[in-house]
Amino acid sequence: MSQYVYLYRMTPAARQQAMGTPASAQQSMQRWMKWMADLEARGHLKDRGQPLEGAGKVVRGEKAVIDGPYAEAKDVVGGFTIVEARDIDQAVELSRGCPILAGGGSVEVRPVMKMDY
Amino acid sequence: MELSEHLFRREHGRLVAALTRIFGIHNLALAEDVVQDAFCRALEIWKVRGVPDNPAAWLMTVARNRALDIVRRERTARTFAPELARALESEWTLAPTVDEAFATSTIRDEQLRMMFSCCHPRLAEEVQIALILNILCGFGAAEIASAFLIGRAAVEKRIVRGKKILAGAKRLFELTDAEFGQRLAVVQRALYLLFNEGYHSASTSTPVRADLCAEAIRLTALLLETPGTAQPNTWALGALMCLHAARLPARVDASGELSPLAEQDRTRWDAGLVEQGRAWLECGATGSVVSSYHLEAAIAAVHASADSVERTDWAAIVRLYDSMMTEAPSPVVALNRAIAIGQRDGPERGLHALREISNADRLCRYPFYPAALGEFELRRGNVEAARAHFAMAASLARNPSERRFLGRRLRECGNIAHGSDVESRDPEDRLARARHGDSRLQP
Repeated sequence: MSQYVYLYRMTPAARQQAMGTPASAQQSMQRWMKWMADLEARGHLKDRGQPLEGAGKVVRGEKAVIDGPYAEAKDVVGGFTIVEARDIDQAVELSRGCPILAGGGSVEVRPVMKMDY
Repeated sequence: MELSEHLFRREHGRLVAALTRIFGIHNLALAEDVVQDAFCRALEIWKVRGVPDNPAAWLMTVARNRALDIVRRERTARTFAPELARALESEWTLAPTVDEAFATSTIRDEQLRMMFSCCHPRLAEEVQIALILNILCGFGAAEIASAFLIGRAAVEKRIVRGKKILAGAKRLFELTDAEFGQRLAVVQRALYLLFNEGYHSASTSTPVRADLCAEAIRLTALLLETPGTAQPNTWALGALMCLHAARLPARVDASGELSPLAEQDRTRWDAGLVEQGRAWLECGATGSVVSSYHLEAAIAAVHASADSVERTDWAAIVRLYDSMMTEAPSPVVALNRAIAIGQRDGPERGLHALREISNADRLCRYPFYPAALGEFELRRGNVEAARAHFAMAASLARNPSERRFLGRRLRECGNIAHGSDVESRDPEDRLARARHGDSRLQP
């Protein structure tokens, strides 16, 4: 089994919109709970990860510190989760149930680099 | 940790009430933004980290902290609730004042004041109901629109118009106001109509109906928690809601079609709600005034005690309708009374009573008047006449579910004419529906 990181990406506007009405927020919440519980039940959930605030600072070069990342990014990483999967194909397959996809967001699946020397 | 059902909708109403207490009703939009923000944060964090042990307390803490931030940052630029102005100015009193607004009893009182404010006499009944559903029950415009089968734009207009009037008021309605009694009657009426919207909803979605009914019962229960608003007719109003809501599980069949009282599986009626309805009716049996809510609840209680249409005490129901004709006469009450007479004394007498309704012309656009004529004609074997009445009824249907139901009765007349059995059917369910029409028939 190898580890993969899911990076949840969404535009700030879509993030706001995903909230919708209280009833739709509840539905969205339930879909996420179900998806996470499912990953866990099948033994793929390594680390639930953390949600990230929508905006922070971007540091570049020696001095440049700007507000961001929204100024330049169409979509922003809203959080991450670490899963365990056989290979990247399985990790991709497992991500297909992620509720963020229905809300116009995306999941970036990145293998954790192995130090197998 | 599981999410309790409707957690976000319920907390919306409670948190907006608490925040309005701090910010003032003129800042209703700000209060709603803060709640929206708290929900957004909850969604982001809970979906990754899981739901906390006490999600309602979690949301409340986020809203409270945000309220503190806003007051600190904007107290020089913005005016907040006038009655708290002093307390919010000083750091000594700010946090305790904000905490007090989130206390359980304050939230309950503020929800009541909000409910009374939504029932402003300058607002039309449909605006009052839209406001209550939006602010206190957390329904969005599109959700209200789909429950009532009306356009979303129309609902949005109602909400905007209503909020303008609300925000224009200096403060929320005080329960000690001289107009309290009058306003309570308007609130009761709005909750009654809200319940009916659910019970008779044109929407065929059972969950939508059940949600509206449950909200009406929840808000009525809120009135019953407070001595001033827990008057005998409020108990009766709550009782009639429970006794009717008890039938909801059996009211719509598996395919989403209306199932008339005679065909309902009474074992599916909610025994807990029946019991609560009876207990509340008992609580309302004090004082000397018998309101129309009492009479309606009593009629529903008679039905709830019967295990079939045949073993229903129709004589008692006719007597209750007689009282209603004295208390609050209307063509629809007269129609229901005639139907009950037909159940008690047979179709001939029922038809006679129907034709005797003096102002039947006011029922001429109402599908359940010809439908009742059709039922009784059918029962005395006059299939041709029944068919004509049902055809008329179907042509008057006001929504797809009525159209399908009446169309089905019309087709069944056809089957009977071709030799199948005459099945006795009871129009009592239409009776309940007819009550709903009341408000539409009266100017």
